Amino acid sequence: MSRTAAMVIMGAFTLYFLVPIFWLLVSSTKTLDNFNSSAALWFSPTSAQDFVGNVGRLFTYNDGIFPRWMLNSIVYATVAGALGTILSAMCGYALAKYRFWGREALFNIFLGGVLVPATALALPLFLIFSKVELTDTFWAVFLPSIVSPFGVYLSRIYAASSVPDEIVEAARIDGSSELRTFFTVAIRLMSPALVTVFLFQFVAIWNNFFLPLVMLRSQELFPVTLGLYTWNSNVSQYPELRTLVLVGALVSIVPLLVAFLSLQRFWRSGLGSGGLK
Amino acid sequence: MKKSRVLTIAAAAVVSTIALAGCSSGSDGGSGSAEAASCEPSDGKVTLNFTTWVPNMDKVVALWNEENPDIQVKVSIVPNGNSGTYQNFFNQLQAGNAPDIGQVEYDTLPAFRVQDGLANIASCDGVSDAKADYADGLWNQVTFGEADSVYAIPQDSGPMALYYRKDLFEQAGLDVPTTWEQYAEDAVKIKELGGSITNFAKGDVNQFAGLVSQAGGQWFDTADGTWKVDMGDEASTKVADYWQDLISKNLVTTLPSFTDEWNNAYNTDQDWTWVSAVWGANTISSGAPDTSGKWAVAPMPQWKDGESASAAWGGSSNVVFKGSEHPAEASKFLVWLNTSTESLEALNKEANLYPASTTGADLPALTSGVEFYGDQAIYEDFAKAAENIQPFTWGPTMTQTYSDISDGFGAAASGDGTLLDALKSGQEKTVAAMKAQSITVE
Repeated sequence: MSRTAAMVIMGAFTLYFLVPIFWLLVSSTKTLDNFNSSAALWFSPTSAQDFVGNVGRLFTYNDGIFPRWMLNSIVYATVAGALGTILSAMCGYALAKYRFWGREALFNIFLGGVLVPATALALPLFLIFSKVELTDTFWAVFLPSIVSPFGVYLSRIYAASSVPDEIVEAARIDGSSELRTFFTVAIRLMSPALVTVFLFQFVAIWNNFFLPLVMLRSQELFPVTLGLYTWNSNVSQYPELRTLVLVGALVSIVPLLVAFLSLQRFWRSGLGSGGLK
Repeated sequence: MKKSRVLTIAAAAVVSTIALAGCSSGSDGGSGSAEAASCEPSDGKVTLNFTTWVPNMDKVVALWNEENPDIQVKVSIVPNGNSGTYQNFFNQLQAGNAPDIGQVEYDTLPAFRVQDGLANIASCDGVSDAKADYADGLWNQVTFGEADSVYAIPQDSGPMALYYRKDLFEQAGLDVPTTWEQYAEDAVKIKELGGSITNFAKGDVNQFAGLVSQAGGQWFDTADGTWKVDMGDEASTKVADYWQDLISKNLVTTLPSFTDEWNNAYNTDQDWTWVSAVWGANTISSGAPDTSGKWAVAPMPQWKDGESASAAWGGSSNVVFKGSEHPAEASKFLVWLNTSTESLEALNKEANLYPASTTGADLPALTSGVEFYGDQAIYEDFAKAAENIQPFTWGPTMTQTYSDISDGFGAAASGDGTLLDALKSGQEKTVAAMKAQSITVE
């Protein structure tokens, strides 16, 4: 294919992906009146001040429930994401570096877990959490979020190729305990993969919607996805919520952008370093 | 209330799965719940959980909490019923941790009744007295016609009327249609002027059910203990043929309702009328802001000249779920919430609800003129419509029924099949769905 054709196709797809985001950006700078009556893909003369007004209302509506949702999402995504990454790393490392009975079977079970959609697990989880009276608590969303079969899979593959047995042996000879070897040596060698696992976990938890929908009923525990959905489900009867949903959606992608941009450096160096060996 | 199709279908799928699961475990509790259990007040301080999607309900409840230190109500505001909350209620009932009080729309009450999820609060203090505050048709929705039974306290209602563009009708020299025949004639004239008389919302079966009930149709009947389903009765056929004719002749637009295109059609003078419920007033004023002052409200067109039949679209009630340990306190709170002037005023102000209680119709906010509607006191017109709502029984699987019929309506709107076909297939699927839930259908 010629270079021009490739560029045209790529350009078309870039546009295709960017237009909705642009629309969201434009829409969130409009009052409800302007939203319905002005051009969908361009700013109105009062956009700047309307945007400020919209954001102001977003953060104060209903006694500031939106910042609370953002905070919840950030806590769920970073804490559960980090914990999930550590657990995945330990598990993957163990599967890669230790020989024990049933290792492959265990790994295949984890691999099978990758195929089970989280949505399918939400209802059984709800019934289990009901039994132990943990529904509608922070733990109901937090605990299931630290599990990541895909993270285990990636960690094992990466540990097998990037943590040489010789280094582990050397550490043992120097008298390092297994845990210490893992936390001081292995984890550093595995860090590029772990950044990837963390990013995947972070995004998955940030976007998680069905599990909180099933588990939670207290608004103060909602992640931002569920909160915005709650508002959006009432737009037909309470149209003034529409601008809040739009601005809220825009604001809610900011932490994702921050996470990606700040971790991108590690991620890229990791992908590159794999090929140097 | 508006529902997104995809979610409706997903919800239907999940609800039916759970319903199937519920049959086996629910059978032990399924007997004899018709007689009212005794309703003894609990000792000491009580906290009630109240799950709803009505925005600002917490502010209304705060008024109660202040005055009733012994009966505190904790409000959870969640997505609306068809967006997942009904499913959650079913899950929670199954798991035995349902809230004490929930918000349930009238059309979904039978689904909860069939699953034996509602507490009968008829014998609780104040509940039977509350009957006097409601129109008979509405009260019947929460008793299902069973003797000594009350399963919910009505909260808001959706009497229907005709919203129309007064200015456009005047310019065109047309009178406001008082009969459906005249409405169809006007549709032709409006088409010649480049507009459309209205939009037939292909996804909104709720509105259509309202139109059928106005014509005297009954899709469901459970009078003698078993369910009967009839979506092809004379009234349904008449209404379906009527709208099919308008669609086939391209006299109406067929945009999905509550979308931006739909708002736009009203905002740009494309669509001239909307047969809708009282809450639609807010929908038009915010969706079509450029038409401010040009709208008016008239009674629904009639099938026979001189009649004044109306119907309801939407509206919801508050139920006490089975398993609540405090039905007496919950009922006391619900009677206050839905019949006291203090609460109704707050509900109207904070959440824009049109009260189901007849006492609520006298609120100052509901008797004054509305600027968007040319200072017409539209809520007084809706209050009149509310008195003429025709009784209508909802089925136990409405979520599924809506999505089944709406599939057929979508096809009919794009010229594939007719509305009547959609109703017929909706009926078959509904009967099948009910049988799958072990509901006796005749």
